[in-house]
Amino acid sequence: MRAEVIADPTSESRLARFAIILLSVAFLAFFLILPLGAVFVEALRKGLETYFESFSDPDTISAIELTVLVAAIAVPLNVVFGLAASWAIAKFDFRGKSFFVTLIDLPFSVSPVVSGLCYVVLFGAQGYFGPWLAAHDLQIIFALPGIVLATVFVTFPFVARELIPLMQEQGTSEEEAALSLGAGGFRTFWSVTLPNVRWALLYGVLLCNARAMGEFGAVSVVSGHLRGLTNTVPLQVEILYNDYNFVAAFAVASVLAGLGLVTLAIKSGLEWRYGDEMSSAHRR
Amino acid sequence: MKRQQFRTPSALPGFGMAYGFAWAYLGLVVLIPLAAVALYASSLGPARFMQIATEPRTFAALKVSFGLSLLAAALNAVFGLLIAWALTRYRFPGRRLLDAAVDLPFALPTAVAGIALSAIYAPNGWIGALLPFRVAFTPLGIFIALVFIGLPFVVRTLQPVMADLDRELEEASATLGATRAATVFRVVLPTLLPALLTGFALAFARAVGEYGSVIFIAGNIPYVSEIAPLLIIMRLEEFDYAGATAIATVMLALSFALLFAVNLLESWSRRRLGHAR
Repeated sequence: MRAEVIADPTSESRLARFAIILLSVAFLAFFLILPLGAVFVEALRKGLETYFESFSDPDTISAIELTVLVAAIAVPLNVVFGLAASWAIAKFDFRGKSFFVTLIDLPFSVSPVVSGLCYVVLFGAQGYFGPWLAAHDLQIIFALPGIVLATVFVTFPFVARELIPLMQEQGTSEEEAALSLGAGGFRTFWSVTLPNVRWALLYGVLLCNARAMGEFGAVSVVSGHLRGLTNTVPLQVEILYNDYNFVAAFAVASVLAGLGLVTLAIKSGLEWRYGDEMSSAHRR
Repeated sequence: MKRQQFRTPSALPGFGMAYGFAWAYLGLVVLIPLAAVALYASSLGPARFMQIATEPRTFAALKVSFGLSLLAAALNAVFGLLIAWALTRYRFPGRRLLDAAVDLPFALPTAVAGIALSAIYAPNGWIGALLPFRVAFTPLGIFIALVFIGLPFVVRTLQPVMADLDRELEEASATLGATRAATVFRVVLPTLLPALLTGFALAFARAVGEYGSVIFIAGNIPYVSEIAPLLIIMRLEEFDYAGATAIATVMLALSFALLFAVNLLESWSRRRLGHAR
């Protein structure tokens, strides 16, 4: 009986603990989980049949195709960049390294709208290269290349950010061993470095892909909102919503939300199962 | 050796190729496009630039964006601190699930969050119908959207630092007769301050540039609930590149100042606490 009265000196009283947990749960439920629930409830408001009907709209189908295509181009580009940048940063010591790392994080602190604006200023009708592009009958803005560029910009740091800290922690001794045993540079990278970072790479690819498929602001600036042509899924959600077609808007949105949830689930699974093979920030 | 070398010699190959490629890609995709915005804005000349930046509607939009972002980041700092503490220090049922839920704003596309929030807070929405005052289509609606997207930055910045906290300091403080409250406020919180400020700055920076989750709930009334990123888009639709780039440059300058401050904070806390974040 006495033991219960003596409080742990390095923890709060039971009452304080209870209050903090309650506040945390309430805040998360109210601000984060309620909106997620709203997406699915609103999507299914008129039943399953109407829900599935939303996906027979040809504009929605072409939006899904475009989004998959854009992600299929943008994500591999950023994977190649992430591998190259992390190889240079983590395996070598050179001057200006921290400056370079800061530059890689730059897109995270730029508004998505400004990222889109960049490409309009470069390639738009009145942009720097606009007249030249028009003369050669090339279109970047309001077309696929612009959407891909804007997506690459906003998803730029995801893969590199996962790889750099992990590769730094792993050091260079295994690569040096492989080289001294006669493996070539490429072989060393392929059979030593890459397997060592595979889970972190998958983690980065997942986050990169989720953001690429869900990006709204940047793509909105460069897409031109041409129905059936340059609308990605998030833009299609906006159009349906602004047309007061709420069930269809939430039905399409629920697919994106589902993608986000699957990403979150795999991400949590990776942290739980392979946390020790990822950078220390993900070890739980 | 005549000068300090650019790179420490290494047995590993491929530095030149990897570094060169990374720079080229970074330059083409990020640096040159960003520079183009700054170049366009600077070609306006200082007088014209100031005229656009201080135009009442632009000024109002910047005030809405920065003011509400500051408030939202402040609320996130308070609740993010509590949530991170509960998730790292306490064991309770559903903790893992809650921990995963913190990442929801990262995982949910902004447009999806935007329409969900407006469905909840619209005058005929789930919560909007219950409240005696309007939330959607007012600055309060923008504030709620900005709280939504900023929270994970605070929690995820604090969590690793909290997990690394040295319990012995708290034990020592307790042994010396401090109450738990005194220990928390005078031993624990000062240690967490750099991470808390970093999280606050990240949430703030993200909120200032946020577009997708805000525009559906904001109502976008000029001078009242119009955010700066939306004004950029409206200027672009009028083919007013000058206006768009001028507003963007103001936002970029502030974001970079913030990023710089975050880097300073982190290196300061590393020096002070003697360990990496």
